[in-house]
Amino acid sequence: MSHACTLNVNGISYPLQLDAGRTLLTVLRGELGLTGAKEGCDDSECGACMVLVDGRPVNACSYLALQADGREITTVEGLAKDGELHPLQAAFLDEGGVQCGFCTPGMLISAEALLRRNPDPSEDEVRLALGGNLCRCTGYQKIARAVLAAAPGPTS
Amino acid sequence: MSAGTYLQPASVDDALRLLAEHDGAALVAGGTDLVVGTRQGKRTLPETLVAIHRLPGLDGIAEDGGALAIGALATHDAIERSELVRGRWTALADASAIVGSPATRHVGTLGGNLANASPAMETGAPLAVLGAEVALRSAAGSRTVAVGELWAGPGRTTAAPGEMITGVRVPAPAEGSGSAYVRLEYRRSMEIAVVGAAALVTLAGDGTVADARVALTAVAPTIVRSPAAEESLRGGRPTPEAIASAAAAVHDAASPISDVRGSDAYRTAMIEVIARRAIDVAARRAGGEAVPVPATMTVGGTR
Repeated sequence: MSHACTLNVNGISYPLQLDAGRTLLTVLRGELGLTGAKEGCDDSECGACMVLVDGRPVNACSYLALQADGREITTVEGLAKDGELHPLQAAFLDEGGVQCGFCTPGMLISAEALLRRNPDPSEDEVRLALGGNLCRCTGYQKIARAVLAAAPGPTS
Repeated sequence: MSAGTYLQPASVDDALRLLAEHDGAALVAGGTDLVVGTRQGKRTLPETLVAIHRLPGLDGIAEDGGALAIGALATHDAIERSELVRGRWTALADASAIVGSPATRHVGTLGGNLANASPAMETGAPLAVLGAEVALRSAAGSRTVAVGELWAGPGRTTAAPGEMITGVRVPAPAEGSGSAYVRLEYRRSMEIAVVGAAALVTLAGDGTVADARVALTAVAPTIVRSPAAEESLRGGRPTPEAIASAAAAVHDAASPISDVRGSDAYRTAMIEVIARRAIDVAARRAGGEAVPVPATMTVGGTR
């Protein structure tokens, strides 16, 4: 049985008819063609599917799409604005935080969730914020460095 | 993943009516257990889902007549960040702060953690030592049970079909109390307790232990209290020797199994260590020392 819902993704509204069991990840990738969020473990362990729902990090592989009805969803495609990379994306490139790239969208989204709440994190806070994201290439050092480099710093 | 019907009630009463009307309907809040369990093949998604994540008024964290009232939909993230919880019901903040990852904590709820009834659940032992009561409602009425009476076994509760956890009420700890929750972990994030322990220590004016409660995680089919450890602490001073002796008494309540996270022998050896740390932090907090939340990362967690 399909149910009507509206997903607001990166500022665009998508009216959809969805079966109850569809996960947010399969809808983003399969219906909307937004393939930035990745299916890694499909089990909420690896964080490659991370998206923001109303600004909060969510494992899209294990979140029912219908539960996001009407919410504001941000995927990695929503970070760059007007052809300009988001500061986190630029920092990942500058610091060498991207290797194979599979984990990168999830890393960026978890880092964005952190910096929205805490613009001046310590390295330990960065590592904890990325605790639900696995990377098999970088060893995490360059990713942590990139997030620290992109942090706006203390607000006055 | 297939499921037939997705229902989104507008109120608790609506939700209870839907639960009563649909045989086998299940509640879904954050979905961090229900949906993940389905992805892992542990279960199939229920035919009818009653999505309660937007029900108004169930995510509160507030003081109510000296007690702490937490709605079933309060997330681990909100509980961890609550100055109220950190200040007086500290063991619960210790636990909520180390559930899963930031994503788990933003989506997962206290009610869901209780209803999932994992013997390794983080919030159970703190609520047990703090004397929490769980509010249950159904279309037929409402009742309250001590949190220890909620769990029936691994993944099973005493809640009847059609009953929903609406919130938790935690009494104010007595003057001179401190509490803590500590777990044994192999890594800091995305971890499930190998074993864990919560303690509440209440000091009398002369520095002796007026009351003590100890509860254990992941060493029995449910969260369990350790009467022997509690009795051992009462009346004496919380010296390192007394705390070690009390921790050595937890084996009365521990009957661990072997699984992928640890053998029964390892759990038996470690529960004593973790109980000692939890009692120690609770006693230090009772004495006024500000041991940072989460205690696990302060007293020998993985760094």
